[in-house]
Amino acid sequence: MELTLNWYLSLSAVLFTIGVLGVLLRRNAIVILLAVELMLNAVNLTLVALSQSFGDVDGQILVFFVMSVAAAEAAVGLAIVIAIYRNKLTVNVDEINLFRG
Amino acid sequence: MHSLVQLILLPPLFVAAFNGMMGLFAPGYRKNEWLIGGLATAAVVVPFAVTVSIFLGVHGEAEVVRYFTWMAAGQLEVDFAYRIDPLSLLMTLIVTGVGALIHLYSIGYMHEDPGFWRFFAYLNLFIFAMLNLVLAENLPVLFLGWEGVGLCSYLLIGFWYADLKNSAAANKAFIVNRIGDFAFLLAMFILFAAVTGRTDGAFGLDFTTLLSADTLGALGSGTILAVVLLFFVGATGKSAQIPLFVWLPDAMAGPTPVSALIHAATMVTSGLYLLARLSPMVLEAPGAMAVIAVVGALTAIMAATIAITQNDIKKVLAYSTVSQLGFMFMAAGVGAFFVSIFHVMTHAFFKACLFLGSGSVIHAMHHVEHELAHKGRIPHHHKPGSDQAHLDSEATQDPLRTDPLPYDGPFDAQDMRTMGGLRKYMPTTALTFLVATLAIAGIPPLAGFFSKDEILFMAFQHGYNDHAWAYLVWGIGIVTAILTAVYMGRAYFLTFEGRERWPDAFDTKPHESPWTMTLPLVVLAVLSVVGGFFGVPALLHEALPFLPESWIHHWLGADYGGPVAEPHYERHVPHATEWMLLGLGAAIAVAGVFIAWTQWGRRGLDADRALSRRLGLFFGLFSRKYFVDEIYDGAVVRPVVEGSRNVLAPFDQKNVDGAVNGVARMMRGLAGRLRVVQTGVVQNYALALVLGVVVVVALMLFV
Repeated sequence: MELTLNWYLSLSAVLFTIGVLGVLLRRNAIVILLAVELMLNAVNLTLVALSQSFGDVDGQILVFFVMSVAAAEAAVGLAIVIAIYRNKLTVNVDEINLFRG
Repeated sequence: MHSLVQLILLPPLFVAAFNGMMGLFAPGYRKNEWLIGGLATAAVVVPFAVTVSIFLGVHGEAEVVRYFTWMAAGQLEVDFAYRIDPLSLLMTLIVTGVGALIHLYSIGYMHEDPGFWRFFAYLNLFIFAMLNLVLAENLPVLFLGWEGVGLCSYLLIGFWYADLKNSAAANKAFIVNRIGDFAFLLAMFILFAAVTGRTDGAFGLDFTTLLSADTLGALGSGTILAVVLLFFVGATGKSAQIPLFVWLPDAMAGPTPVSALIHAATMVTSGLYLLARLSPMVLEAPGAMAVIAVVGALTAIMAATIAITQNDIKKVLAYSTVSQLGFMFMAAGVGAFFVSIFHVMTHAFFKACLFLGSGSVIHAMHHVEHELAHKGRIPHHHKPGSDQAHLDSEATQDPLRTDPLPYDGPFDAQDMRTMGGLRKYMPTTALTFLVATLAIAGIPPLAGFFSKDEILFMAFQHGYNDHAWAYLVWGIGIVTAILTAVYMGRAYFLTFEGRERWPDAFDTKPHESPWTMTLPLVVLAVLSVVGGFFGVPALLHEALPFLPESWIHHWLGADYGGPVAEPHYERHVPHATEWMLLGLGAAIAVAGVFIAWTQWGRRGLDADRALSRRLGLFFGLFSRKYFVDEIYDGAVVRPVVEGSRNVLAPFDQKNVDGAVNGVARMMRGLAGRLRVVQTGVVQNYALALVLGVVVVVALMLFV
């Protein structure tokens, strides 16, 4: 069984979906951040697979950008979670509803 | 010509704005009475001088001056355009000439009134509006002036607005006029629809197009009849005829110069001017003309019968104005439009003189009133809102010391029952009032004789040419002429002759008015004497060739190239009959004045008692003004007010407000329910975002 492009794209789609579901369904803020990382990595996988398939290295260059952005965003996200924890003593996003109308 | 017309129209407007703004924002300015009054008078004298110079140069052909476009919408295109022709120039001369005299008079009359600046601003605004009315080339600009004079009339009648009676009178004038204005608008709409229905070009209701033979021929006779009748209804409002005359007697609540200018000389003649301007059209509607003449006649005699019973000198003059306007409409109704304009002119002279004279008298009687109040002979009469009550000592309020008056209520400076013998103290006023009285009575060779006689003769001639109803109009006119002489004579004799009837007449004496008031009186009295010679009938001209033949006819009549159309008669009244009519006119005038002299000149107020006995029930009918106000109140005012209070007001509060509030309540409920979406939980928002992406992608893939 040949590992064609479709396999990689399918894997990427599955990973992305799991990430989305994680963002929407999990209550712990840190787990949500994990799910976001998962989404970003799924996209990275897509980019590399397509880049290898078309022979164009631009996709892999973009992956570098995405990885650095992901790192920065993770840092900032964790900082926010810590700040909220200091205020609300919880990381349960259901309890953070100051914008409730 | 372009700039000359600007010089006529703009000075009153600018000085009105100047006096108004300066008086409003610079309280120190209000004390410069001579500056305010002088500017205002100059603003009317300048147009007069300009008009005189134009008048001496123009003959026959009309000149139209166009300034700029006012409205342009579809087929409607109205410009600010003005027409210089003998009719408009004559009216302008009357308005600015008499107006200037009244402005001068007002400087003296309104002396020390806190609203002096406001008065002159309103007066100038009135002159501007009136000039727009008489100089207009098209109906919308005329209507602008029409409404403008109505507005100024409202402002000036209710000038002393602190007294609610004056405000009520002002409201009455404006509201009643509005009914006439509605008819005027309807007429304009019908005309516009009728003319533009036939042509494709733009139409601005301008007189050149409207009165051309083509347009008049194209309009159906039914249309013309409706339009003329509607314009006449408008005229009845502005010129106080049946059924819309009720505002004019109440309008006497305003200062006397206002009564003289607006309600005698100028505004009330707007209806006549309208008919004269539209004379080619009116002549095409004989049915309407009959209505006009009959209504005019009935109004004339009704007002004359009321005038004999009135005790307030201004009310007598007010009903006299209504009656004389009836005469003018009689003339218009039989087709003699230029004669009605002639009577407009002579009436302006003698009626303004009479009103200003009465103002002079009232001014003097106010001084008498103040002196008497100080001496304690009459109770102090406080203006509403004044805080004088606490300053009166008991002595001045003691009913045993004060003299009873022949009428209820406080001393009335306008009531003739407490006048009498004023000729000794105010000789100039008395003489000018007498001259004007003789003029309005129709004593030859004063002005009223010529104009009134022409009207009666034209009515007679109309009847002679197989319009039998015109004989009825003539008859009513004769009776009214006698009554006119009688009630005006009564007014003169009760005021100026006989015993002095106010309390303490031996010590308290009135005095003559200052020159700013007596000079206009003299000028107007002179005009009342010579004004008639502008319209000497052909008959007299043949007999006495040194008398100029009817200038008015030559200036205005269409037969001589003027703007006012004339009817053409097949049969002319024979000369002998004409002489008899002339003599009859003079005879009834003399008879009327003679009756007044023997009754009121010799017996004073006793003659009033004798009259009331002789007339019996009719006296009650006349002195209660035929109960017209009461009838209107019961038939129109009360149902409208009660209907509004009981039907419309609850509807407005419950239904209309309910609907508006209901919409608000519904929105509130809806918003309350929608608010649930805002949970504040970020994941819900993220879910919404994801769903949105799914929808968009699906649309892109499958649609």
